[in-house]
Amino acid sequence: MQRISIDPITRLEGHGKIEIFLNEDGDVANTYFQIPELRGFERFCVGRPIEEMALLTNRICGVCPEAHHMAAAKAADAVYKVEPPPTGKKLRELLYSGFYFTDHTTHFYALGGPDFVMGPDAPVAERNILGVIHKVGLEIGGKVIQARKYGHTIVEMIGGRKVHPCTSIPGGLTKGITEDQRAEIEQMGRWGIEFAQFSLQLFNDIVLANKSYLDLILGDIYTHQTYSIGLVDENNKVNFYDGKVSVVAPDGERIGKYAPAEYTEWIAEHVEPWTYLKFPYLKKVGWKGFVDGKDSGVYFATPLSRLNAADGMATPLAQEQYEKFYSTLGGKPVHQRLAIHWARLIELLYAAERIVELATDPEITSPKFHTVPTEKPTEGVGIVEAPRGTLTHHYKTDERGIVTEANLIVGTTNNYAPITMSIKKAASSLIKKGTVNEGLLNMVEMAFRAYDPCFGCATHSLPGQMPLEITIRDAKGNSVEVVKQYC
Amino acid sequence: MTTNGKPKFAMYWAASCGGCEIAVLNIHEKILDVDANFEVAFWPVAMDAKYKDVAAMPDKSILLTLFNGGIRNSENEEIAHLLRRKSQILVAFGSCACEGCIPGLANLSTTEQIFNAAYHSVSTDNPQGIYPQPNYTMPEGVIHIPEFYPVLKTLDQVVAVDYYMPGCPPESHQIAAVVDLVVKVLHGEATLPPPGSTIGAGVSTVCDDCPRQRNVKTIKKFIRIQELVNPDPEICLLEQGVPCNGSATRNGCGALCPQAGAQCIGCYGPSEGVIDYGARLIAAFASVIDSNDPDEIEHILDGIPDPVGQFYRFNLAGSLLRAGVPAWKQ
Repeated sequence: MQRISIDPITRLEGHGKIEIFLNEDGDVANTYFQIPELRGFERFCVGRPIEEMALLTNRICGVCPEAHHMAAAKAADAVYKVEPPPTGKKLRELLYSGFYFTDHTTHFYALGGPDFVMGPDAPVAERNILGVIHKVGLEIGGKVIQARKYGHTIVEMIGGRKVHPCTSIPGGLTKGITEDQRAEIEQMGRWGIEFAQFSLQLFNDIVLANKSYLDLILGDIYTHQTYSIGLVDENNKVNFYDGKVSVVAPDGERIGKYAPAEYTEWIAEHVEPWTYLKFPYLKKVGWKGFVDGKDSGVYFATPLSRLNAADGMATPLAQEQYEKFYSTLGGKPVHQRLAIHWARLIELLYAAERIVELATDPEITSPKFHTVPTEKPTEGVGIVEAPRGTLTHHYKTDERGIVTEANLIVGTTNNYAPITMSIKKAASSLIKKGTVNEGLLNMVEMAFRAYDPCFGCATHSLPGQMPLEITIRDAKGNSVEVVKQYC
Repeated sequence: MTTNGKPKFAMYWAASCGGCEIAVLNIHEKILDVDANFEVAFWPVAMDAKYKDVAAMPDKSILLTLFNGGIRNSENEEIAHLLRRKSQILVAFGSCACEGCIPGLANLSTTEQIFNAAYHSVSTDNPQGIYPQPNYTMPEGVIHIPEFYPVLKTLDQVVAVDYYMPGCPPESHQIAAVVDLVVKVLHGEATLPPPGSTIGAGVSTVCDDCPRQRNVKTIKKFIRIQELVNPDPEICLLEQGVPCNGSATRNGCGALCPQAGAQCIGCYGPSEGVIDYGARLIAAFASVIDSNDPDEIEHILDGIPDPVGQFYRFNLAGSLLRAGVPAWKQ
């Protein structure tokens, strides 16, 4: 049996690694997407004070520490049964919106965007952020840097630090913001709305106006019929910080919504012996393996699934884009994975609008940003939407608030099964009778990148590309062919 | 791999979170100085990440390698040895490589406990008790993942390290300053500090950079941050009873956390000359406790509910305690 290894594909709590096996006809028999690292947070959080979870679990991911900071802080609120005052909640959501703004900008311009702006067939040397700048104009480079910087500035103002924020504690925050800071954030948010609209226009002009790109988005190779999940507010609008998780079937029917404390009734995780990462699935549907369909518990948790799982966006400009999105792509839900890129830009606009809404809220500069907890700590679950998927933190504590049990289902983990399926589908479509089409490299890359797996952004931030190498071995493990991309 | 005659630079992440890489990218235009003065030979965040390309380089052909992340598995260790061989200057970059950081707290547990927590959690459906295996035979063939080590090691526990750059992550202005220094060294305008030095940080403590007032006040009880009623933004957090680690922690961050109303948690590691961070911090806390009565002191210390986490949060793996009891029993 022939064997193809792709190592490393990218960074995701260690390097991702893909093994592709071919059958006797030279077609794909199976693929394995392996995650080679475990650090053990769920164990060593035990014995630590609950208020430290927002500081320790930051260190799960330096790309999205804000998400862990928020999920852990919300779980700690729940452990103490304490509600932060309105200002505390709004400040956290404002920080979080600033983070989303930075994160989504990075992904679109440095990672996912180049495939579309330059075209998937463009020379490798041009298919990166520099190519985008050359094609669209130099000033766009400055705007992208400005957008990232603004988002980081908001994070630092409220979170105390650029990386690994430190201010969220059970019951709220350790600090508020001044009127000067509020005004600066408002200004950055207003600029951000224009930037997000500009980005959507760019997508419209370059991608949607080009039939071959649209065909690529709508093509079967990147389509999977799975469940969609995402956090929604009380009006079933997308929300990143708070609400219930909406679960929508492949046919678009909402099968339910769960509050954070109910997550174990809805989500379970499957273990395989060949990888350190687990495969979450919908418990009510069940684990049926790496397959599509309504009978398979596989779901995805990305910007696209969030749009699918919601009834709309809570801000007016993003709502307009939401409607255009579904009318262009033929109604809800959308299953074409490359549409995640477009959905991400709609969320970018929502994040910017939300920054302005919160920054102009009369309560935002109030000094009442913390409620001292008074209840005995017990158990709590906190859920936020990380950019890469629904993030769940669950802690049990003793009566002193010392963690006795921790369970974490992190953003990208949600998508482990669908990413695995997307890789297999891309490989199966492109490898026929033992012939590896060179396009496989970029097609696999695009399948993977749409999900923005954690560290995807870091991995690609400078050249905007994923280095890939595929080695085809014979049955004895001897290398018979090596296909490389920018090595 | 092309060569342009410039000295080679490498950066690598082992068991880390990626925050060190983000901190480097956040030096913004200084990245251009790196680019102007170095050939980036190996940097998975920025370019092609093939180990075999590094293996093919002559020994000592990389001038400067910034290595972040701890040594959690066999792959991490292999790359540490490889980069040591290929590098003239190897810097333990960030808390994980220097002293183990938060993931080093895993050294309080056995592998079995860690796997049990991960693969038998409340949401995990694993009736057969499956654990990941370094080598596993599938119908199509054997597939491999790295071996999980019983303990997390610091970089200098597996290879010789030339310099240490602390912080979780190192602050970007400190990274920029180190880039400036190295560029000056390359141009003959400066010399490197003695091997084994800590770079990109101060030689004092976070307290010395903290603008909060210290009134040499002693305390009768420790208070957890969420229990602090009407916190005073001007007064030392430790004097308000919050167990702030600033007095034992190396400065360099600019006292960011205390200025944001949060206690220092010690991410810059021990201050200059301190061999064991926890011992220093215990001494510092003891000095503010206002009691001579052993029973009362005992009661006051109960206010620190997680001593090992409090005193060795970032440096358990690199401290005098090293791996911790359950680990050395293995």
